[in-house]
Formats: sequence, C-alpha cells, structure tokens
Amino acid sequence: MSSDFAIRLRQNFGLVTAVVLFCVVYLFYHIAHPKGFSSAVLVQNADETFTLAMVAMAQTVPVLAAGLDLSVGALMTMVGCFASYLLTGAPEGLPLSIDVGSVHFTLATMPGGTAGILVGMVICLAIGLLAGFVNGCVVVYGRIQPIIATLATGAIFIGIALFLRPTPGGKINDDLNWALTNSLGDFASTVHIFDDGSAPWFQPFAGIPVPFVLLVLITLLVWVPFRRSVTGRAVYAVGSAEGAAYMSGLPIERARIAAFTLAGFFAACGGLFLAIQTSSGNADIPQAGTYTLNSIASVVIGGTSLLGGSGGAIGSIFGALILRVISFFFRIFDIAPLLQPLFEGLILLAAVSIGALRVLRVRNTLELFR
Amino acid sequence: VTAIPASAALSRDDRPIAIAALFIVAILIAGTAYTWLRFGSAPLLSPTYLLQQLQIGAFLGIVAAGMMIVILMAQIDLSVPWTLAAAAMMATAVGGPWAIPIGLAIGLVVGFVNGIGVAYLRVPSMIFTLGVNAVMRGLMVAHTGGFAPQTAATDLMRWLAAQHTFGIPNALFVWLGVSVLVVVILQRTALGRYIYAIGNKEAAAYLAGVDTRRVTVICFALCGLTAALAGVLLAGYSQKAYQGMGDAYLLPSIAAVVIGGTNILGGRGRYLGTLVGVILIVLLNSVLSIMEMPEAGRQVIYGAVIILMLLVYGRGERVTS
Repeated sequence: MSSDFAIRLRQNFGLVTAVVLFCVVYLFYHIAHPKGFSSAVLVQNADETFTLAMVAMAQTVPVLAAGLDLSVGALMTMVGCFASYLLTGAPEGLPLSIDVGSVHFTLATMPGGTAGILVGMVICLAIGLLAGFVNGCVVVYGRIQPIIATLATGAIFIGIALFLRPTPGGKINDDLNWALTNSLGDFASTVHIFDDGSAPWFQPFAGIPVPFVLLVLITLLVWVPFRRSVTGRAVYAVGSAEGAAYMSGLPIERARIAAFTLAGFFAACGGLFLAIQTSSGNADIPQAGTYTLNSIASVVIGGTSLLGGSGGAIGSIFGALILRVISFFFRIFDIAPLLQPLFEGLILLAAVSIGALRVLRVRNTLELFR
Repeated sequence: VTAIPASAALSRDDRPIAIAALFIVAILIAGTAYTWLRFGSAPLLSPTYLLQQLQIGAFLGIVAAGMMIVILMAQIDLSVPWTLAAAAMMATAVGGPWAIPIGLAIGLVVGFVNGIGVAYLRVPSMIFTLGVNAVMRGLMVAHTGGFAPQTAATDLMRWLAAQHTFGIPNALFVWLGVSVLVVVILQRTALGRYIYAIGNKEAAAYLAGVDTRRVTVICFALCGLTAALAGVLLAGYSQKAYQGMGDAYLLPSIAAVVIGGTNILGGRGRYLGTLVGVILIVLLNSVLSIMEMPEAGRQVIYGAVIILMLLVYGRGERVTS
C-alpha cells in the first residue's frame, strides 16, 4: 500500500511540486496582503487567473501528445471576438448576416434574452471546437509538424479575429458579466436561484468565486473523463512512443485530432471568459502571443514534459496559478512596474532550470540525449 | 536493398526550393497583373523597387540565417525578438565606434546563455529561450523606462543599413556576407557536418565523438549574433531603436526557414531554401501592401500560404512506414 502511494507520488512529482509551490506562494501572498484574506480578494484573483488557466489546459493536451499548439492564444482571441457579437443579450434578438461584396445574406436570427446568451455561448464553444478540429486535421492528415501547422493556423485565427474586430469593441450583457466574474452569492442573486442567494444553507458557499467553480467543473466534467477514456490514454501513449502506440493498435490519429480539438474547446472557454470579463472583443496580437507563451510556461511549471507522454492539465492549472500569483506580488510589494517584466522572466528561467538538477544525477551521459 | 538513385536523393532537398521559387514567380506575375490592371504600371518588375524590397528583406534574411542553424540542430530560438531589440538599444546607447561591437557582443552573450541552458542544463530550447527573451525584455524595459530610447544610430550603422554602393543597398552586401559565411560553415566545415549530425540524432553524434554540447552552444551563439546584427542594422535603417522592434521577426524567420524546406525536426535543409523562403515572404508582404490588403486578410493569407507550401512538400512520413 505504501509503496503504491510512493509510486504515485513519484509519477506525479511535477504536479505535487507545483501544488506545494502554489500553496506556499499563495499563503505568503495572503499574509503579506494589506487587507488580508477576504472573498473580494479571492474573486479578483480568480477573475484574473481563469483565462490563463484555461489556455494552459488547452496547451497541455497537445503537449501530452508530443505536439505544441502555438495557436491557443489566437484561438482564444478569435472566440472572444465572436463572443463580443453573440453575447449582447439584446432582448429583440440578433440577426446574423454576412455581407459579401454588396450582397447581403441573412443566415438566422438569434433569440434574444437569456436563451440568446446561452445559444451564443454554445456557438462560441462550438467555434473553438471546430478550430481545434481543423488544427488536428492539418496535423494528422496534412502530416505537418504541429508547431509549424499551428503557427500558420494561428495566423489565420488572428486574421479572422481582426476581420471581426478591427478595433476593440463590442458589448457583453451586463448581467452575464456580473454573474460570472463575482462570487457565487452574486451569481445566485443575478440568475434568481436559491432565494436570490439568501437561502441559509447557501451562505457558506456564497463567497466562493464563480470562475473557481467553473474551473473545477470544467476539470471534473471534461478533463478527468477525457483522461480516463481510451482516446485520452491514447494521447499519453502517442506522446511517449508513437510507434509503439500504433503497434499496440491504439487509435493514434483519433487521439491526435481529439487532443487538438479539446485544446480548441479549452481555449474557447478562456476566450469566452476574457470577453465576458472585459465586456468587449479585442483582436490584440501581442496579447494573443503572450497568452500562448505563458501557456507553455504554465505547462512546464505544472510538471508536464514538453517531450510528451507525462503530466496533466491539473498541473498546468497550478502552473498558471503560480505565474499569476507571482504577478500579484508585484502589486502588494510595490515593485516598480518597470522591473516587473524582468522579475517575471527571471522567475520563469529559475523555475525551468530547477528541473535541470536531474542532469547532476545522470550517470551515463547518453541518457541526456532523449 | 534498393539503391536510391542520386537524382532522387538530391531532389528530396531541392524540390521545396524549386516549388518555393516557382511560387515567387507566381507572386510576381499575380502582383504585376494586379498593378497593371489597376494603376497601369508594373512596380514589381522595376529593379529599384525590387532592390528596396530586398533591402527590407535583408533584416529578415539575416535573422533567418541564424534561426536556420538552430533549427537544423532540432532546436529553436524564441529569444530573437528581444536579443535583436537589446542589441539595437545598447548599440545606439553606446554610440561612437564601439556601437556595433557592443551590439554584436550582446547577441553573442545572449546566445551563449541560451546555449548553456539548452546544452548543459538540458532545458528544452522552446522554454529556455522563451525565458531568456522575457529577461531581455525586462532588462530593456528597466533600462529605457518603457519608452523609445532617445539615442540615435551612429553614422556607420546608417551607412550599413540605409546607404547604397553602386546603386545597391549596403544591407544587401551584409546579407550576402552572412549568407556566404553560413553556407561555408554548413557545407565546408566540420562544424556544419556536426550540426546536421546532431539534428539527425544527437546521441549518435555524441557516440561518434562529437562534443555535441559545445556545438550546441556555438550554434546558439551564432544565432544570437545574427539576431544582434539584424538589430544593429534595423536601428541604422530606422535611425533609432524602439520597443518591440524585433517582434515582427520571430515568426516570419521560422516560417522562412520552414518554407525553404528545412525540416523543423532538424537534420535536413539547405541554406538556398532559406534564402528563397525569405524572398518569398518579403515579396508576399509587399504585394499584399500594394493591394492595400487589411491586416486581417494578410494574416489569413500568410497562414494559408505556409500550410499550402507545406502540404505540397513538407509532409512528414507516416508512423506506419
């Protein structure tokens, strides 16, 4: 029994390290915070972290299959731009139309109000799934290296985002924005459940941030079942030894496509939330690049090997949390804003170099060249 | 055992270059047809215009030369943007006769650090160079205060980047020099053979007696050097250094290398291909700007071209074969 635990611990060493590191820095953050621990601080932190956590999850799945996805930031941006059109929640509904040259096509009319918002969210997530699926098909059937294929599709996604929003703008329903970026209590009072959030049994949970709940739900309902499915296991197998996975009869093509499609879904969740949080769509190319790069950093800090085959999305969430908490420190310690990028870079370098300690334990130099 | 005919072995590396070159011709024809019909002129065929475009392309070409060396080793250098910017900023800040040496030295040092991290600490280059890029950005933001530096490029930098000799931009000569150097390294020196060997299988190269880690450090230093050279020239071209001046060079340089037929997994590719890839991207950009294509359309076309070119010749082998 104890040896089983030891094995599991060793297998998830990266994840455990990330969790412990996060607990330490976050505890330190709250001790050092001038106002101390409060629901408001928690909500603010959760809002600022959710998008990166989703994009980090998105990056994890292709990385597990030994392929990097450089389009996650662009995909997130594109979905955000779609959301800024679809989630206005205008009561009279929203006519969907396309102008090609001077010809005007009316496609459909979105229902107004709450139903319209829900349909809009489903459409946004579907767009993300579709974009991820396209990524997967280009990689699998086009047989193009993932890193360069997603570099190209990322440019296309950004192009679509720029087409939709040449300048930042759009509008997200105010109630939606309020309900999703605050605590559960505010959510309940906005959507009128649990006696507008005043039910006695509900009070202990009222202070929990909604993004946190969403993150847990997405993890439990999407990631965990996926990981346990045949396709999910095949993703790990493809990442650790593609030839062996093929010889064992695993569906390697399906696994690859599923990995990129799931990445599209996660990135779409991130884009949707970012649009809701900022109440606008913004085709910001540098921001998309930053999210992509930070997603890779989160994946590495979360203990997933860039070579594929080991790690998981939960570690990446903690990786993203650590990155974000470090940037929170800059606020409370009054570090000059000019020095912040330097510290971020140094911490990233230090974090990845800690993994280099294994080099010292290697007895046979050949083991280095995996 | 069937012997591979020499012509087939040759064409594996040459086919991408030939197709990319054909695509360049197609771009020129399409662009000229467009300008002829719309404006009644053919700027794309005028030598002055082409030389001007190539002069702008020289910066990308120099970055791509270094990037290619690193990609041939199955690594990647994501620290190019801020290595380039840091070299430009420090060169303009120092000024005087030491401007260019200091700028290049910065590139060498950054590349050296990259190499140490990748070769000796065994951190994946994707993530280590990313961190170094962030550090360089941090250093430069702290140094400049987040504004464009007020310092100006020296006369020599301007001469190298913006002046002409015999009607040909000097930047083209620099690009030519870098190209010759890279070709000589790749084709005529042991270092070049080592680079291809490491890209194919580092363990095998190590067992064959190559000090693969030292070679890796050298190559990253070379890549840093070319990025710094591009930065110094770019500062000379635009008279000054500015924030984010290198951001537009990272992805196009990788794309140029890959479009030119270099395998992103390393070990295969010719410098001529990278040259053709750079020219393709530069011409594509200039045709799109003549067409007044909005940024959205440019990005879509840019991505589509990369995928299209790779679908034609860049496809990997099936795992089943």
